[in-house]
Amino acid sequence: MDANTWWVLIGTALLGLSSGVLGCFAFLRKQGLMGDVLAHAALPGICLAFMITGAKNSFLFLIGAAITGILGSLCINWITRYSRIKEDTALGLILSVFFGLGIVLLTQIQHSNNGNQSGLDKFLFGQSASMVASDVQWMAIMAGLLLLMSFLLFKELKLLCFDASYGQSLGFSMRGLNLLFMTFLVIVVVIGLQVAGVVLMAALIVTPAAAARYWTEQLSTMVWISAVMGACSGVIGTWISSFGYNLSTGPLIVLAATMMFIISMMVAPQRGLLSRLVRLMKTRRELAREQHINSIYTYMEKEQVLKVSLLDLQTQYPISTHVLSQLKEEGLIHMEEDHQDIWIGFTETGWKAAYDTVLTNRMLEMWLMHEADLASKLPNGEIVSKDSIPEHLVPELQKLMIQHQCEPKWNPYDSNQRMKERVVSP
Amino acid sequence: MTDYWIILTGALVASACGFLGCFLILRKMAMLGDAISHAVLPGIVLAFLFSGSRDAVPMLIGAAIFGLLTTIIIQTLRGQGVQSDAAMSVTFTALFSIGIILVSLFTRQVDLDLDCVLYGEIAYVPWDPLKLGGMDLGPRAVWLIGAAFFISLVVITLFYKQFKLCAFDPALAAAIGIPVTFFHYLLMGLVSLTTVASFESVGAILVVAMLIVPAATAYLLTDRLSVMLGLSIGMGTTSSLVGYWIAKLLDASIAGCMSVTAGVLFLLAFLFSPKHGVITRWWIR
Repeated sequence: MDANTWWVLIGTALLGLSSGVLGCFAFLRKQGLMGDVLAHAALPGICLAFMITGAKNSFLFLIGAAITGILGSLCINWITRYSRIKEDTALGLILSVFFGLGIVLLTQIQHSNNGNQSGLDKFLFGQSASMVASDVQWMAIMAGLLLLMSFLLFKELKLLCFDASYGQSLGFSMRGLNLLFMTFLVIVVVIGLQVAGVVLMAALIVTPAAAARYWTEQLSTMVWISAVMGACSGVIGTWISSFGYNLSTGPLIVLAATMMFIISMMVAPQRGLLSRLVRLMKTRRELAREQHINSIYTYMEKEQVLKVSLLDLQTQYPISTHVLSQLKEEGLIHMEEDHQDIWIGFTETGWKAAYDTVLTNRMLEMWLMHEADLASKLPNGEIVSKDSIPEHLVPELQKLMIQHQCEPKWNPYDSNQRMKERVVSP
Repeated sequence: MTDYWIILTGALVASACGFLGCFLILRKMAMLGDAISHAVLPGIVLAFLFSGSRDAVPMLIGAAIFGLLTTIIIQTLRGQGVQSDAAMSVTFTALFSIGIILVSLFTRQVDLDLDCVLYGEIAYVPWDPLKLGGMDLGPRAVWLIGAAFFISLVVITLFYKQFKLCAFDPALAAAIGIPVTFFHYLLMGLVSLTTVASFESVGAILVVAMLIVPAATAYLLTDRLSVMLGLSIGMGTTSSLVGYWIAKLLDASIAGCMSVTAGVLFLLAFLFSPKHGVITRWWIR
């Protein structure tokens, strides 16, 4: 790699870092498309800066772009506040009108024979390969400033993301903060325009943040992950494009970020697709196991037998032999095969497990039937679920079960089991 | 004659987009047009690579496939719990990047000008006529966009009630047995068709502008969907007429001027709409 590639590498890493940090806040405020809008709204500013000064200076372009970008975001605020237009419509409206204006100005510049306008349209698609040391130094200063500001204002920005009205009531000027945040975002977008171009800037804002969201529920962690992912995609993109093959850096950076997003979506521990799939399978397995125990118990209770034939059971309940053999391995049931049928009975531990399961299920049923009457017994808003039935509710529910004659009638914990005397053994 | 064709193309794009834009705005998916018009790039490049010509039909098919693919990916991501704006930007930027990389990988085979694909020039429309048996039938773009407009007009008229209910209250629509998902994809299909048919000849920016701005203007002027549809078409056509005139006057980009004119019309409605205008409400108070 030559010296210039190193500069580009540093530049894209810095860009990824700062856009990753700010992107988190934009993402959480559901303003993921704001990056796209601001990038488009920068065009008239860049053209105006060129028309007024006649100079091709990155810093002047930045100021022009920042002015129209902030104006655009203000317009979006006004439109959503003072009319019934929704935010997504306002975003698209400002994007297309501002960009249209930019194109009009661009054609004006081209038609005014102003010789050296050729660099302007490079801003549209990005030209990271042409970055030189001075560009990177300038970018580094801006990125450093942005990172410092977001570090200092972290608490305020957090408030802005999660509960703006609470922040307002604490005495923070949320409108001012919003404007400040938009300014940060505009600066990052304008820096990024040089690297990624108008269209792909949106990705640098959103994609690392969306990927980071999969890994954590904590904003500070999310910002770190997103920053690292942004920086990594910048480095990877630049690195791949330095191989030659005439591949431009911007799209490669975006694809690197997208790959990270896809990987995060798949394998993230809590929210990832794979872990959700595993959880789903586990729940299914547990539910099936419980259903089987329940079915066998209920059948025995109803028919007053201690052993059931698989064939009879299957006429009434959906039974899978796979789950049955699993139960047998756990030592909950024993199965005796004769020449045409399988006889199923509970073991000692099986009886207890079955009784507990059935009892909980029926108590829950009672709760669901009488939820409205019993709600007053739960003053602290406790939750009744399969895993936790509040202690003081149990006698009430047992009374109801007896009333409805659905208390589990085989009680393995009770020595004088009420039902056992009436049992007709098979 | 050239002027006439350009204005007709502009008006057709405005009508086709403005018509569908109403539904997009009501379903809060206004940015979808933007997403689609960028995400179809790989489809165009692939079609170009396979057919080896700049013929419109394969390109249209390639673009339409990727347009639908975009909406499907966005919908799937949203189904996975990704918030809507992020799902959109992640999808379209990724597809657009793939498109750009394909272009740069096959530069020698693909003679595509990116600027032209994305910011297509409406001024060139009259120089690309549709010829049938030696007869000049007028610009190809007019036929293409006209056909797209006609198809969406027919589909929407046939299922007007269903689309209306899906736009305003999808939950109720689902409850009374309307296949909401099917109508969602039908609408998305129409949007991709219209976007793809128009943007190759007039540029992405005009398509996005016409999808959103006239419909938003109409939304401020009326409370009835049928009136809104009519007004949106009217607003779009007006902006393409006035925009063309201004572009002639200033010697500037036609698509840009049309978008800006639509923006000015929106500003007027925003300020002076009889019911929702900022100044009107202030005056009444």
